[in-house]
Amino acid sequence: MNTEQPLVTMDNVVKHFDISGGLLDQLSFSGGKFELEKTTVKAVNNVSLFVNKGETLSVVGESGCGKSTLARVIMGLYPPNSGEVRYGGERIDNLTHGQWMPFRKKMQMIFQDPYASLNPRKTVRQTLEEPLRFHNPGMTGAEAGDKIADVMEKVGVDPAWITRYPHEFSGGQRQRISIARGLILDPQFIVADEPVSALDVSIQAQILNLLMELREEMDLTYLFITHDLSVVHHISSRVAVLYLGTLCELASAHDLFYEPRHPYTRALLSAIPRVGEKKAKHIKLKGEVPTPVNLPTGCVFHGRCVYADERCSREVPELRELDNGGFVACHGVEEGRVME
Amino acid sequence: MSHLLEVNDLEVKFALRFGDITAIDGAGFTLDKGERLGLVGESGAGKSVTGFSIINLISKPGYISRGSIFFEGKEISTYSDAQMRKIRGNRISMIFQDPMMTLNPVFTIGYQMVETVLAHRKVSKAQARAIALEKLKKVQIPSPEERLDQYPHELSGGMRQRIIIAISLLVDPAIIIADEPTTALDVTIQAEIMDLLQELCETEKMGLILITHDLGVVSQVTEKIAVMYAGKIIEYGPTDQVVKSPVHPYTTGLIGSIPGSIPPGEDLKQIPGMMPTLTNIPEGCAFNPRCELRQDICTQKTPVLEDKGNGIMAACHMK
Repeated sequence: MNTEQPLVTMDNVVKHFDISGGLLDQLSFSGGKFELEKTTVKAVNNVSLFVNKGETLSVVGESGCGKSTLARVIMGLYPPNSGEVRYGGERIDNLTHGQWMPFRKKMQMIFQDPYASLNPRKTVRQTLEEPLRFHNPGMTGAEAGDKIADVMEKVGVDPAWITRYPHEFSGGQRQRISIARGLILDPQFIVADEPVSALDVSIQAQILNLLMELREEMDLTYLFITHDLSVVHHISSRVAVLYLGTLCELASAHDLFYEPRHPYTRALLSAIPRVGEKKAKHIKLKGEVPTPVNLPTGCVFHGRCVYADERCSREVPELRELDNGGFVACHGVEEGRVME
Repeated sequence: MSHLLEVNDLEVKFALRFGDITAIDGAGFTLDKGERLGLVGESGAGKSVTGFSIINLISKPGYISRGSIFFEGKEISTYSDAQMRKIRGNRISMIFQDPMMTLNPVFTIGYQMVETVLAHRKVSKAQARAIALEKLKKVQIPSPEERLDQYPHELSGGMRQRIIIAISLLVDPAIIIADEPTTALDVTIQAEIMDLLQELCETEKMGLILITHDLGVVSQVTEKIAVMYAGKIIEYGPTDQVVKSPVHPYTTGLIGSIPGSIPPGEDLKQIPGMMPTLTNIPEGCAFNPRCELRQDICTQKTPVLEDKGNGIMAACHMK
């Protein structure tokens, strides 16, 4: 494996949200006794992964599988319930706001909807200048202006439009501006949460190309959150597959797409519609995704898995390293029950 | 020989304060029994408006300004509201994008289904309920009896979309117009819904018009494809041929810009710029400012759909 230290690591990160409401909502009466019961959404369960410098790690999964929560935990927007997050070897999940400051400069986020993520009452200049001035108190107006023009050029927005408001731009250009905002502090690590999902396919291609160019040019590391598997295949070096807040499989993009191991990954891949290929038989899953409020026992996927047996419903599978360097959490794969 | 549905030279305009804008400009296509047609294009290309205008769901300030729509041999674009109501939701059904929005949250599934049957058929409530149950079974909903008494919020997105498909099947339509039916759904559910629609077309001999921006879905489900750009159909032909050897540079660009069409890591083919707004369509070919093959003629003369071989019709001067 890589001898270099990973840029970001997560160890056994757990994030649950309490949705039980007030005291009276929690109160229930059973067996002659009043009981207080909490209801929690188990968004992320015991996820461990690492991101190497210079790579693009994609986190994929269906809606509600916890991919965005995972991203926000890394960025320190949600404190994890347990587990550790490290950046460049330093622990960052338990920092105060002040201690976070130097990391905020290095870690930036790009959001999905460029219509919602830009402040409609701020010009491009104001949007881009705020983080710059905040993190570089000594900077003069002229220096800031130069930097902004430089970044705008990099993302392909004409610097002459610096005084315009977001509503004057199209969706693709707005996304370029939010990318510019992410890049203005010269970060090392970018978390992109569905950055192209809201865009039309020809615009999506422009933004994906831009993101790939910027990675080369600025030596960036990406954590890419998306549900679109063809995008993932195109840009990622490694892929993590999440199901119900649990990591099922973590492998290089090539291995994952050509030799998926986990039954869920296989079903997911077989469902991608590909242009110009007549329909391949896709693997049908039994039932529906359970709610993250009541997680199934054992393997979270067992209720929908064709390979599941008694052990799967009882014991939670651990993430195990495979001979090709990938990781899979599946009893079936381990025992050789899951066949090609 | 007449087609099940024939749209000729359809033009839809929207009357706005500063004058009329043309949302659909001369669209024409046909659909036969059991045939599946894909209408593809980016946001604002006019695909949904085309779908809506077939069952005259265009509301003011929009209006059909030219062209004809023949359904089972009858011209329906001039029908009155009362006549149209006999066709809409009865002979031609529509499925909309967001299954969270199309079901009424305060009524049970059963109530909404029975209501639809009673609106179009002279049957008793009990019979209507039996029809509803039968259709729920047809769309492979688990425990259909229970579903009838549930409310929409109790069901997942994929389930709701199945129910909407079941509702559209209630009165055995000849055509289903599906406007981005799976865009709001996850890929595994999308695959299931598309399987279901395809199967229904085959078993019930239903025509399907699939409106989507997703070329992947279209290429797997449909037999014919019409690519729209700025209100015009710019390429029209058998799906296999169009996907394999597209003629129009826009179609070529659209297919090239899909990740997965080229080896990972390489630059995606990008179409520079963006689609013009309808108020500001360029002279000549609407695609000319973004086109690599542009010549003088493209900025002067509007190309028309012509036969370009392989069964493909395309509107391009250069090919």
